[in-house]
Amino acid sequence: MKSSFIAMVIKEFKHVIRDGRSLFFLLAQPVMMILLFGFALSNEVKESKVIIVDHAHDLASKGLIQRIDQNRYFHVIGSLSNESEAKEIFEQGRASLIIVFPENFSDDLKHQYKSSVQLIADAHDPNTAAIITTYASAVFRDFQNEQLGLLKMPYEIKVETRMLYNPQLISAYNFVPGVMTLILMILGAMMTSVAIVREKELGTMEVLLASPMHPLQIVLSKAIPYLVLAFITVIIILVLSVFVLHVPIRGSLLLLLAESLLFISTTLALGLLISTITEQQQVAMFISLVGLMLPSLIFSGFMFPIENMPLVLQIISNVIPTKWYYNIVRAIMVKGLGFMSIWKETVILLGMTLVLLTVAIKKFKVHLS
Amino acid sequence: MNSIEVKDLTKKFGDFTAVDHINFEIKQGEIFGFLGANGAGKTTAMRMLIGLLTPTSGTGTVAGYDVNTQSEEIKKHIGYMSQKFSLYNNLTVKENIRFYGGLYNIPGKELKVKTDELMARLGLTDYANKLLQGLPLGWKQKLAFSVAIQHKPKIVFLDEPTGGVDPVTRRQFWEMIYEAANEGITVFVTTHYMDEAEYCDRVSIMVDGKIAALDTPATLKKQFETENMDGVFRKLARGAARTE
Repeated sequence: MKSSFIAMVIKEFKHVIRDGRSLFFLLAQPVMMILLFGFALSNEVKESKVIIVDHAHDLASKGLIQRIDQNRYFHVIGSLSNESEAKEIFEQGRASLIIVFPENFSDDLKHQYKSSVQLIADAHDPNTAAIITTYASAVFRDFQNEQLGLLKMPYEIKVETRMLYNPQLISAYNFVPGVMTLILMILGAMMTSVAIVREKELGTMEVLLASPMHPLQIVLSKAIPYLVLAFITVIIILVLSVFVLHVPIRGSLLLLLAESLLFISTTLALGLLISTITEQQQVAMFISLVGLMLPSLIFSGFMFPIENMPLVLQIISNVIPTKWYYNIVRAIMVKGLGFMSIWKETVILLGMTLVLLTVAIKKFKVHLS
Repeated sequence: MNSIEVKDLTKKFGDFTAVDHINFEIKQGEIFGFLGANGAGKTTAMRMLIGLLTPTSGTGTVAGYDVNTQSEEIKKHIGYMSQKFSLYNNLTVKENIRFYGGLYNIPGKELKVKTDELMARLGLTDYANKLLQGLPLGWKQKLAFSVAIQHKPKIVFLDEPTGGVDPVTRRQFWEMIYEAANEGITVFVTTHYMDEAEYCDRVSIMVDGKIAALDTPATLKKQFETENMDGVFRKLARGAARTE
């Protein structure tokens, strides 16, 4: 390799290491994101506050209240004599669920084999409301099944559910691939585009272009340090998820790393393309953050299931690289699948990278003359 | 042999003719001042000479290589110092020198020796491992020039090299330019300072994409009947159609 190429790569590494902002972005951000998602942001509902309105005060209702309080998802914080105060309770945020037992709860059960319970949930956050009412219903169903042990039903369908790949429904299985995808996308595209545009802004790009070094080499040599650093980021994320969040890598680590390298190349190509159409660092940063972050987030399938989107959006999602990488990471990490089941995604990413790179190089040449 | 030869060199951007059939020849070791108001086409002309732009029409050679077809060869034999600052503030003095040396493929061992020599000559040895951002602008400018000629180019292009520098440092800077010219390096320099134009062997003044005057400062002053280059420039620029 030519010494000019090596000199450029070394120089670029020094820039990154000496620029506190870049280094923070590269190393601290993934750690923060993973820890945040791991410990602070979670859509699992734990210890929901429950208020009881018990009009019955009988054996059955008391038993059920105790059962709910013992459940790890609920915490009974008090009782009221009337459900009319529900609105006020929710407004003050004192509880997220109110359970109302009617009068004669036990009696109705015993004599009519039938009674009802009312769940009032604070649905200003619809997801949480849905989750906690489901959990509460499950508690009542368990109780009912126990009672059924005494009496025989004429017929029954027993539903047995098995959650494959993630039996405990740990949310980390979902967000580790998601966070990894997002971080790499933003990192690769933004860091590369900003690094190149910075040289344009400083005027040093012109000096580099007037040197014997080929323009393509200049641009590629600027991308290489970010390739290495993004790869280090992947390793940091994987180490954290395996050892801190206990998310196993079920498939081949080597395959995962290889696919990550491919995805990083895709993001770098995107970064190069951005750098050819902008002259200011701020614009490059804006395009990377706003133009890439949102589509990446929405269309990766990480937060919103793509199958539920209107057809138009489903079609659009196909051109977003994050969707494919997210599928790849989940397939390898969570499902433990091999290359044969992700070859399609791999080919698509490879294709995208080549197309982006070709367009970027073409644009770069046009820019020169 | 002439260091630079240009014949009817033209560059158009759409309908706009930035550089309009310019002609000149520059001898080896000459200090050639390239003057003109902003927007007169200086930068565009210079970018064609250093291989960053391809001419729309016309021919020319730089260091013996064709500007239309051999820009890669040209780049190997020239040095360039841009108008904007061309060194890196977050690299040290030594790293900057070594980086540019590497960029021009100076072999490692030779570069090591050259770097030490250069720092000693500029009195920067004590600052070798200091980041460039702490240095006064004048020192940076001198370093940038030394770096631009460390690979012994045949021609060095200086695009307004002394912008924002105090008169004393500018004087020192010009001494460095003379030294380089004495060693046989052709110096092609654009400037805004008319007193600097007097230091050049020959001066060309561009107006509206054309070369309006080209001669030694003494001849130009006589021709335009003024005492200094500023007067020559004012008389020529008065007729300019393009203004900023």
